[in-house]
Amino acid sequence: MRNVSVIGGGMSLFRRRLKETGKELSFLASKMAMEEAGVQRSDIDMVVMGSAPDAFDGIHMKGENLLDGAGGKDKPYVRVFNGGGTGVFAPIAGWWHVASGVADMVMVVCEEKMGSCNPHPQTAFRNIWDPILDRPLNPNLVWLFAMEMNRYMTRYDIKKEDIARVAVKNKRNAVGHPCAQLPDANITVEDVLNSEMMAWPVNRLDISPPSDGASALIYCSEEKAKEFTDDPINVAGVGWNIDSSMWTNRDLYFPDYVANAAKMAYKMAGINDPRKEIDFAEPYDPFTYKELHHLEGLLLCDKGEAPILTREGVTERDGDLPVCPSGGLLGVGNPIAATMGQKVCELYWQLAGKAGKRQIPGDPQVGVGQAWGDIMQMGTVLVMRRG
Amino acid sequence: MSEERIEGQPKYAPGTHVRSKDIRERKITYTWWEPEAQYAFSLGPANSRFLKELKAGKIIGRTCRKCDRVIVPPRMFCDWCYDTTHEWVYLKDTGTVETFSISYLDPDAHLIEDPILVGVISIDGASPKHGFMHYFGEMKPEDLRIGMKVKAVWKPKEERVGSVTDIKYFKPLIGGDE
Repeated sequence: MRNVSVIGGGMSLFRRRLKETGKELSFLASKMAMEEAGVQRSDIDMVVMGSAPDAFDGIHMKGENLLDGAGGKDKPYVRVFNGGGTGVFAPIAGWWHVASGVADMVMVVCEEKMGSCNPHPQTAFRNIWDPILDRPLNPNLVWLFAMEMNRYMTRYDIKKEDIARVAVKNKRNAVGHPCAQLPDANITVEDVLNSEMMAWPVNRLDISPPSDGASALIYCSEEKAKEFTDDPINVAGVGWNIDSSMWTNRDLYFPDYVANAAKMAYKMAGINDPRKEIDFAEPYDPFTYKELHHLEGLLLCDKGEAPILTREGVTERDGDLPVCPSGGLLGVGNPIAATMGQKVCELYWQLAGKAGKRQIPGDPQVGVGQAWGDIMQMGTVLVMRRG
Repeated sequence: MSEERIEGQPKYAPGTHVRSKDIRERKITYTWWEPEAQYAFSLGPANSRFLKELKAGKIIGRTCRKCDRVIVPPRMFCDWCYDTTHEWVYLKDTGTVETFSISYLDPDAHLIEDPILVGVISIDGASPKHGFMHYFGEMKPEDLRIGMKVKAVWKPKEERVGSVTDIKYFKPLIGGDE
């Protein structure tokens, strides 16, 4: 396998609704990534599109619809999709195009337009449940996360205020992000705890917003990257793993599938002690507790320890293990697949020293990004390292 | 958002924010579509038997001899050893609350006044942590807790149709109920 470098990233504004179509958003993010990399569409051999359920955009097989906006016309093009895991899985698929030697340069584009689904994209989520066992109970998707959060809290005796600190940290971190939908420099733990109760133990400010948005990144072989930079940023390892949809047949307190994906990625990256060797992390944070659950799944702390690290400030941008320096999904927004912008493009911008106001101090060398999705099943992990 | 380029930093791509009232007040041009797809899901042998037994007021599972596992809801294959399962086995209609939520959201994310009590119940007689999602009733939200013993409350026989909703909800199991 060849080493694969990242040479550019792009992100559109993230908002509850954007006027631009999915094609147009894909175009805007792609052009930004191409401009940053200094390449033309003719330099790009293949395009990988990541986009989550068709039901959000309301266009069945939307990968085909989006392809010209993503620069895929007349090129080898594929859309990959595994729900919330897509934001990190699409760049994994892009990586193997280059690592295998099939392509020298690949653009990965992720798009989501949740604002099209009215009145609320939650309605599309009704169709994600098992039609026989679950749908007759008229479930809301938030129930799932409320039940997982409760199980996690109860197992380790975690206090809600320690979980609320994740929303405070991420929404404050997002203040430095030009695309952010819900940055808040003044938010407090009390604001989170006092926000509307959605499904106990989940309050409104525990949840990331639905969003429209797109993101893009450009890969090439390390050899080719030397034409663009003296200091290449490389994909060091990738991993993915999935449990079954029978989520009522297992204990929800720990995401084994995330740990399996992390072990796969760390092995490829030659990382033996992730706690010592990884400088910062972008775990998936669609809900506050998920950042903590995923930090444990990524083996960056002991089981049940993530809330303590958060309380002690270890995960702040200037802490020992900065977590979600981008502002995450809670602060920047959650256009499902397009969260590649926070989970993977951010790794590149941080390692390249291009993260501006969000820049982690101390010259970080290794970062890990992770996404999660489906019915609490999918773990996708990508490790990036300065060449 | 700023379109200015800061030296050494990426220029972020634009996008135009649209608010709900812009749609309501037709301030932007848009088109509307309501899909009308309808589905008849055939249930397969495992779910068919499960729902037929629920109609009869019973909970049934499937055993995997190789894994010494009792699976509920029942399945025709075992996802641990990846082989066919072996026998049908009747289980109790009691169990343990594994987790729960007190939901103020309806299925379309509208807020509701009276919360829905919902959770996962592991069923007595099945393997540990094996069960399904259902409602809770005959209890106050503050009494619901992980680890509590519960028992199914069935709809009257004539109202059962072969659905998970043939169980109305699970109520607290108090000594002597069994």
